[in-house]
Amino acid sequence: MSAPQQPIQSHILSVLVDNEPGILARVVGLFSGRGYNIESLTVAEVSDAAHLSRITVVTSGPSNVIDQIKAQLGRLVPVHNVHDLTVEGPHIARELALIKVAGTGEKRVESLRIADIFRARAVDSTTESFVFELTGNPEKITAFVELMKPLGLVDVSRTGVVAISRGPKPL
Amino acid sequence: MSTAAQATPAQMSGAEMLIKALIDQGVEVVFGYPGGAVLPIYDALFKQNAIRHILVRHEQGAVHAAEGYARSTGKPGVVLVTSGPGATNAVTGLTDALLDSIPVICLTGQVATHLVGTDAFQECDTTGITRPCTKHNYLVKNVDDLSRVVHEAFYVATNGRPGPVVIDLPKDVQVAPGTYTGKDNVKHKTYRPQVSGDDAKIKEAVAMMAAAERPVFYTGGGIINAGPKASELLAEFVRLTGFPITNTLMGLGAYPATDKQFLGMLGMHGTWEANHAMHDCDVMINIGARFDDRITGRLAAFSPGSKKIHVDIDPSSHNKTVRCDLNIVGDACKVLEQMIAAWKQGGYKPNQKALDKWWQQIDQWRARDSLKYKKDSKIIKPQLAIERLYELTKDQDTFITTEVGQHQMWAAQFYKFNKPNRWMTSGGLGTMGYGLPAAIGVQLGHPGKLVVDIAGEASILMNIQELGTAAQFRLPVKVFILNNEYMGMVRQWQQLLHGGRYSQSYSESLPDFVKLAEAFHCKGLRCTDPADLDGVIKEMIAYDGPVVVDVAVDKAENCFPMVPSGAAHNEMILADDKPKDPTNASVTEEGMALV
Repeated sequence: MSAPQQPIQSHILSVLVDNEPGILARVVGLFSGRGYNIESLTVAEVSDAAHLSRITVVTSGPSNVIDQIKAQLGRLVPVHNVHDLTVEGPHIARELALIKVAGTGEKRVESLRIADIFRARAVDSTTESFVFELTGNPEKITAFVELMKPLGLVDVSRTGVVAISRGPKPL
Repeated sequence: MSTAAQATPAQMSGAEMLIKALIDQGVEVVFGYPGGAVLPIYDALFKQNAIRHILVRHEQGAVHAAEGYARSTGKPGVVLVTSGPGATNAVTGLTDALLDSIPVICLTGQVATHLVGTDAFQECDTTGITRPCTKHNYLVKNVDDLSRVVHEAFYVATNGRPGPVVIDLPKDVQVAPGTYTGKDNVKHKTYRPQVSGDDAKIKEAVAMMAAAERPVFYTGGGIINAGPKASELLAEFVRLTGFPITNTLMGLGAYPATDKQFLGMLGMHGTWEANHAMHDCDVMINIGARFDDRITGRLAAFSPGSKKIHVDIDPSSHNKTVRCDLNIVGDACKVLEQMIAAWKQGGYKPNQKALDKWWQQIDQWRARDSLKYKKDSKIIKPQLAIERLYELTKDQDTFITTEVGQHQMWAAQFYKFNKPNRWMTSGGLGTMGYGLPAAIGVQLGHPGKLVVDIAGEASILMNIQELGTAAQFRLPVKVFILNNEYMGMVRQWQQLLHGGRYSQSYSESLPDFVKLAEAFHCKGLRCTDPADLDGVIKEMIAYDGPVVVDVAVDKAENCFPMVPSGAAHNEMILADDKPKDPTNASVTEEGMALV
């Protein structure tokens, strides 16, 4: 129905799946095949014994599209459950980034000062470069990367968002 | 196989395990085509008598045959093909089964595990290729997983919304010895589709129905998939309420077509009364249908004033294209049972006064006689051919399959299905070449019954090779070709939407279908005169063997009513509308792109 255009919103979906061959391809293929957005995607095994993996996918769209994405994910056979952390309540979202900055003199010192403010750790160092490790919400990482640009930013590697609900209850 | 012989008695080879698993699942027929990567399985098939193998002539035919078997019997169809081209040829059939929700198990051979990924001879990434066109697929890397995977595959294919499942079997796994796991010891880890509808929602639904002034039932293939009992319950509920009902293409037969409460099929080539009732209703009860674009027409104009109830076993069907007021997840049969109970328990009565008025309105629409066509004494009208076929076959239990195009729509409009599982057609994917192999599958599931493939001369050529299968296995299927020497539906669209420029839609250099049938050891008949039609149809029915009937029909006939692309579902073109200048059609550029 051509209902009035709903605003596009970003959602964090947490999908618990059987860790079986092809599961990631299945999820990614669903997004590309049906024309949905993936803003970030992380996946790793979370239970060795039960062969379970958690996929955290950040996607965006109007609420009817988000509902459809959840239903489509939910009907994949190896999917145990789908949680929309954005609508289900308080949650923590974190991302890890490794950021390489090269430079000498005042720029090099300035990058280290800013890293300190952001609580980024230098995990690799040469006389003309640093690699910083930084965790935080995606906005914080983006802000740090922006600040590093004039100071000799070389490479950025980001994990994408992982998230979990607050409080004692499981998802 | 020597390894298997040396193994302990509890063990068997992967191929033997596969056959045992199929037998345990009650499989009687497998449609297949051998090749290098499935030779161990064919060897195991050779050594047993419980499962019958039907050798098709092309793997696409195997899948369509399995679909026809499944659709007509309610049991899953089983396909066995080799690696590489065997698997890729099956892809069209698998996609067809996915879109029409048909339970099919497709076993594909694969190169040995140590060769996977090396571009070996007849290797392809079968699970990768079939991932988006199956409900689920498996690659079996360990022989001890094989029987569990097969049992799981049957469970997945037949539970929830049915669909095709592929099991890819590397050749070394087929010969390796392993331990068999019985059917009853396999339980799927995660997959538990919701069968019963939510009680509170069911109560709300029947209350909405009782308050309705202009209600309509809109039901689809989900009723057929839920089993014959669902059709019985549907009929009970429709009679209990006195509401009108329309069926989708996939749902034909779910409600008796000869009943007075039946409005005919709805949608792009649906009846005037069905589409108008859908547009003007105040409460729509959709059970097992999915608001396909061929039903809704322009979405913004779809049934604007109605409250919509949607019952579907697949939660992703809800609010996909049409937002509904009440969505119920559940199996059509179970939910119908619940709805009838809730209706009776609540002591509900329909609003009879409003309903009488609604039926008066519907009768006015009916009086428009939207399927009317111009009769002709010299040229066979395609509609007449279907009408005569219906009249001459209605007294026996007849199964109809179709190809895709005008003939398919005429069959849906003019052949009256009173029972479920009697109508097999490619609805979602629209696969030309579906009908003949599907008829073969139907015939295997129903020996002794009359099975007719209503075909077009273009579609039938897409899988004509399956005549060889019909002849080899003495399957007396009847191919009833409405031959207008055009890809009729393409020509119709070109006439109505593209200024009458018949680009590539003429069937040039057609074969002589009578001789073609004879070359395949089948009987060939031809009919060119309306006066001979009954005689030819009777001869076709009477012949004990496969028959091809070439019926020369009006080349210029169009299929009406028609909702042109981009139009609202109540904006239909009828046969007796004043012919418009084709270059000045009401279809906009935007509509043209909508297809």
